[in-house]
Amino acid sequence: MNAANNSASGVGLVVRGLRKSFEDQEVLKGVDFAVQPGEIFVIMGPSGSGKSVLLKHLIALETPNAGEILINSEPVSAPETAAKYRMALVFQSGALLNSLTVGENVGLYLTEHRLKTPEEIQQIVVDKLAAVGLKDVVDKMPADLSGGMKKRVAIARALVIEPQLILYDEPTSELDPLSSVVVGEEILRLNQRTGVTSVVVTHDRDLAFGVADRMAVMGDGKILIIGTPDEVNNCKDPEVQSFLHADFKRESKNKKL
Amino acid sequence: MFRNIGEIVLLFWRVLRALPHAWRQRQKVFDQFFEIGNASLLMVCVLSFFIGAVFALQTGPALAQHSLSSAVGGVVGFAIARELAPIMMAILIAGRIGSAMAAEIGSMRVYQEIDALRTMNINPIDYLVLPRVLAMVVALPMLVIFAILVGWFGGAVVANYNQQLEIPFAAFFADMKDFVVLKDVGNGVFKSFCFAIIIGVVSCHQGLTTIGGPRGIGRSVTKAVVNSIVLIVIFDYLITLLLSIFLK
Repeated sequence: MNAANNSASGVGLVVRGLRKSFEDQEVLKGVDFAVQPGEIFVIMGPSGSGKSVLLKHLIALETPNAGEILINSEPVSAPETAAKYRMALVFQSGALLNSLTVGENVGLYLTEHRLKTPEEIQQIVVDKLAAVGLKDVVDKMPADLSGGMKKRVAIARALVIEPQLILYDEPTSELDPLSSVVVGEEILRLNQRTGVTSVVVTHDRDLAFGVADRMAVMGDGKILIIGTPDEVNNCKDPEVQSFLHADFKRESKNKKL
Repeated sequence: MFRNIGEIVLLFWRVLRALPHAWRQRQKVFDQFFEIGNASLLMVCVLSFFIGAVFALQTGPALAQHSLSSAVGGVVGFAIARELAPIMMAILIAGRIGSAMAAEIGSMRVYQEIDALRTMNINPIDYLVLPRVLAMVVALPMLVIFAILVGWFGGAVVANYNQQLEIPFAAFFADMKDFVVLKDVGNGVFKSFCFAIIIGVVSCHQGLTTIGGPRGIGRSVTKAVVNSIVLIVIFDYLITLLLSIFLK
């Protein structure tokens, strides 16, 4: 893989009839959608609707019971596809290796695949961390970072791969509103700068409507609607509406009291 | 249970297939080797000294009663080299290092660090399992050689200072030299090599199959230690049987 030598450009993604069960529980019940190269595609839905499981299928961490996932018309599960296309997943927790420093985490891909000299890797690590607004954390351990900083380090680690497809799993969960805005801006900036295809799984409505070119809403293992943010917002489906406009109402509490 | 055994054998096969990548992982092998040695050397020293001492204390007076005190050195030397040092050290390392391996890899699995490695096209077998198993198969035999020497010394100390025995150091080791040959030490070292594979592969397997958060990690650690010890004892018998057939 000569990932670090090439500049990123997005790939197309097609998901057809995806089904997945864990023991007797069907989590994905036939999911179909397509993502255009360079697009930011947001998948929303309530907790337990199958979003994260779907994301793991997109990067071949899970194997479906039925259906297929194609990247530029090639099956994602094939080893040649993994070698040919660069894909990265930004985990909900960041999933930084706790035994390594931040710098070692960010440079891990290049170090393990021996794509650069140690000096070049050091420089790339500093550059990528600076790109996500983090300086002077190279030698820190992940345990010393806040949740928002961990997420940004995870994005920097994904940037090192120079991905053609980047997947974000709940990128703003556990973050304060300011950090959420920083992460949202980072997703947009990365997409505009490199043309990377982005799939964002979230239940953060502000983030979703802020970054999406198109979006899908999932419910109970199925896609309820796909469209532009406006189309989704104007959708009449009661399940979609109840998710998009669910709000805590002070009056309802007062009534009970 | 059979599924577990099948998975362990499969993991061992994958480690063998990953051996050509061992040189690339040499720094991690060295780090693990240092970790095993650093964490275990003092305990190995204390444990093996007292195993030798207590064995001399148990057998010495009984042999002396039958006018066989000249055999104490041989009996202690033979038992420690062939059986006690390899199996006791293997149990110690399973508890001390195997549990740590299962906990570390288990925690990496639970907190998606292993998934993160996969997304970067980094094979967890090459990156995590191979260095640990290799370090174990180098470190445990070395610790066992050290344990044999310290155990012999512990036996000699008791034989010398115990009032029922009072066998001088020189006589103890001269007696041992008549009984124990290099093959006996080699036998113990070979066993420890096999035990090291068991501890490394079983502990890493438990770590890689961890599910269910901190409780799952705890379960994996317990299973890693228990399964390792059970397999060590079973294989101890089988290896002893095979060696007695082929190396008469």
